[in-house]
Amino acid sequence: MAEEIVLEMRSVRKEFPGVLANDDVDLDVRRGEVHALLGENGAGKSTLMNILYGLYHPDAGEILVHGKPVAFASARDAIQAGIGMVHQHFMLIPVMTVAENIVLGMEPVRDGVLLDERAAEARVRELSGRFGLVVDPASLVSAITVGQEQRVEILKALFRGADVLILDEPTAVLTPQEAHELFDIIRSLKADGKSIIFISHKLNEVLEIADRITVLRRGKKIETVPREGATEASLARAMVGREVLLRVEKTPAQPGDVLLAVEDLHVHDDRGIEKVRGVSFQVRAGEIVGIAGVDGNGQTELVDAITGLRKPTSGRIEVAGREVHQATARRMLDAGVGHIPEDRQRRGLVLEFTIAEDIALHDYAKAPNARWGWLFPTRLVGRAARLIREFDVRGGGPLTRAGGLSGGNQQKVVVAREISRDPRVLVAAQPTRGLDVGAIEYLHRRIVAERDEGRAVLLVSLELDEILSLSDRILVIYEGEIAGEHAGAASEEEIGLEMLGGKERSAA
Amino acid sequence: MTMDVNYPPETPEEAAATGTLAARIALKQRAGGVVVPVMTALLAFLIGGFVVLATGHNPLLAYRDIFNGAGLNWVFHPTTNVANTAAYNLSQTLLQTTTLILCGLAVAFAFRCGMFNIGGQGQYFIGLYVANWLGYDFAGMNPVPHILLAVGAATLAGALWAGIAGFLKATVGAHEVISTIMLNWIAIWIGEWLFGDGGPLQNAANKTVPISNDVASSAQLPVFWGQKELQGLHVGFFVALAALVVFWVILSRTTLGYEVRAVGFNPDAAAYGGINVKKNLFRAMAISGAFAGLAGALDMLGYLYHFGQSDIPVSSVGFLGIAVALLGRNTAVGTGLGALLFGALLFGTTHGLSSNVIQPELAGNLTYIIQGLIVLFVGADVLILYVWNTRRRLRPRARARAKEAAA
Repeated sequence: MAEEIVLEMRSVRKEFPGVLANDDVDLDVRRGEVHALLGENGAGKSTLMNILYGLYHPDAGEILVHGKPVAFASARDAIQAGIGMVHQHFMLIPVMTVAENIVLGMEPVRDGVLLDERAAEARVRELSGRFGLVVDPASLVSAITVGQEQRVEILKALFRGADVLILDEPTAVLTPQEAHELFDIIRSLKADGKSIIFISHKLNEVLEIADRITVLRRGKKIETVPREGATEASLARAMVGREVLLRVEKTPAQPGDVLLAVEDLHVHDDRGIEKVRGVSFQVRAGEIVGIAGVDGNGQTELVDAITGLRKPTSGRIEVAGREVHQATARRMLDAGVGHIPEDRQRRGLVLEFTIAEDIALHDYAKAPNARWGWLFPTRLVGRAARLIREFDVRGGGPLTRAGGLSGGNQQKVVVAREISRDPRVLVAAQPTRGLDVGAIEYLHRRIVAERDEGRAVLLVSLELDEILSLSDRILVIYEGEIAGEHAGAASEEEIGLEMLGGKERSAA
Repeated sequence: MTMDVNYPPETPEEAAATGTLAARIALKQRAGGVVVPVMTALLAFLIGGFVVLATGHNPLLAYRDIFNGAGLNWVFHPTTNVANTAAYNLSQTLLQTTTLILCGLAVAFAFRCGMFNIGGQGQYFIGLYVANWLGYDFAGMNPVPHILLAVGAATLAGALWAGIAGFLKATVGAHEVISTIMLNWIAIWIGEWLFGDGGPLQNAANKTVPISNDVASSAQLPVFWGQKELQGLHVGFFVALAALVVFWVILSRTTLGYEVRAVGFNPDAAAYGGINVKKNLFRAMAISGAFAGLAGALDMLGYLYHFGQSDIPVSSVGFLGIAVALLGRNTAVGTGLGALLFGALLFGTTHGLSSNVIQPELAGNLTYIIQGLIVLFVGADVLILYVWNTRRRLRPRARARAKEAAA
């Protein structure tokens, strides 16, 4: 039987001033398939989908829905043609209920003008039951989790009659568990005959859920392949355009002296809730210790405490054998702790600063950058120019604003700054979050290289794969406590169980 | 979360994380370059022109007379002789400009640290009071130390006054907009008390007049253009110009300025960089207040010499400083130019306008109308940018549509 094609894009081209975002791109989507759109940041995935959703107008090419050419002037036209899109950033009204958000704009009406809340809730319940999209229609959006918000967005699209659902990087905001649940939902949507376009740059996800995969690179379509026969390596090659080392190559660790020691650390979050509850561990020179855990189990607070950004309520932190008292960010920096923060845009960089200024963020007041409070901008620029070359930062020079760089290059600026200070301890929190394959490869190699230089590396990541492939030793954090420690080879299942507090539960 | 750069951001700053209100405004402003402030000013003049038109007068004539009244026609026939009307007018405009430069810097500096200093007026008053007090009480001192003492102490007082707001912000998180407004009122009522009947600074010779003593001649600033009796231009003008340079140097050539800017753009990143954010909030506010306090001192010692209860509610240079800084985008050059514009407006509208070019009641208020419009449009800056960018975005789409229609 010939597969029914519900949607087709032919020779789509879109040019922005200076950027050819889509160049002669073809895409066809079959009924009841999950079609993954894979590509690095900047490959043109979002542009293509924004064209499909009527937000951009293509410069050339055509869109066919059920074989008929269509022209979308706005998202409204696209919705009417049965296309729904769930953006990366949700667009819900927090003070309204789930049901109200879903029916917004096409509310069932009672007595001519009043919103029929019961009817709305009933319809939402019916929809969510059909696809396993569990969410309480009556609860306020402000009270539900991110994963549930995403379900609400999906329900919103289904409520408007979407047959083709575009999911833009849907797992980026989810925990691994939520991602699994999302995949179940996608499967049930598929079984119902819906088609899903799944945008991602994560290879393992795509291989797990997609039926066919279209790879974009620099605005061009490289290939469309069925999942069968595709491998992570083949997809990565298509995405990046060269061989990519997905496995990190490293020699066994040769741990030296203890450079970072944390003892019975207790840390509260901003709301005064104890998030780190008596954590103790050590990191030695020349080893990478990975901290695995589901988001929100105290990782952020732990890193903040070690880097002096948050005062612990009790406990000791020693750097290179010396206890740091009354730790402030300044003292920790001076003690030799380097920090790649989990949010480079919020914390790691002043986006409005030039690269030269950002590179000096820790040392702006020290010679040779400054003397007696007098700043020497030319010296900042000189140092930045050197590091830009050394760390291969692309997209600008020392006087380029950091905010104008791509995510990967911004991260390189952060890494260049931290490593050029020659820290004894390097704390890397989510170092590859939001980066594409090429940049991840670079960062992973760099982190291993720094380990081999004799630094003590503490790696905190929500990506279990990253922890497994980089770490010499793994600590699992669960509800602010170390739930398990693994040296050498540990199975993913075992760690995954500990991440969910499995040990505690089975012991109880 | 990922940062997808598939399409170019509409403005260079679009992707930037936004912080405080002040930081956000500053960000949007820089995105507009010099085009937007010029457009803002022109638009304000245009609408001000409609107001003149509505009263049945010719706006072009009114603006011409304001231009001449401000002495800006002096550039066509430059002379230092203040017997020449244009030269005299210009000296008066520059006198206003002096104050406005410093009041503008008082707002701009705090802005660069992410704070909105609405308290320039109060800080100016405090500087004024202290200068009057020391200028009178230490009569007979050698002029140079006397002037330095009075100016220095007044500047410091302004710094401390603003520092209160900075301190409250740093310690208990009290919003600077609220606290500086409150401090304005406190400064106003302190003045009412100081100059009122039996007040400590009230005229010693005439106990029934709510007005201060005159500053002793040893504390009066030398006048370099025009005559002292006719409110000539005093050397404070050069102090204000120097302040512009100091402002620029602090911000771009010192570690203090680096910290201020880092905190202003992104306090989280600044803290991560090892910068003490709270210290900087206090310090930046105090430096802001120093500029305003200096303005008060120069006015008092430069040409006012005394101040009365009735002068307090009339003074609004501190608030004009907000418009100056916003229009000048919190830069040194911009603030200088903005101050000149408002100085010219202030002086140009208050005299020399004949009733056939503008309604007399309207004349002085035109400055405030334009000031108000500029503040409004600076707020609408964001809107102007948005319209500008939408136009840019729509054009290719319209072209595509036209192509379609043709096909």
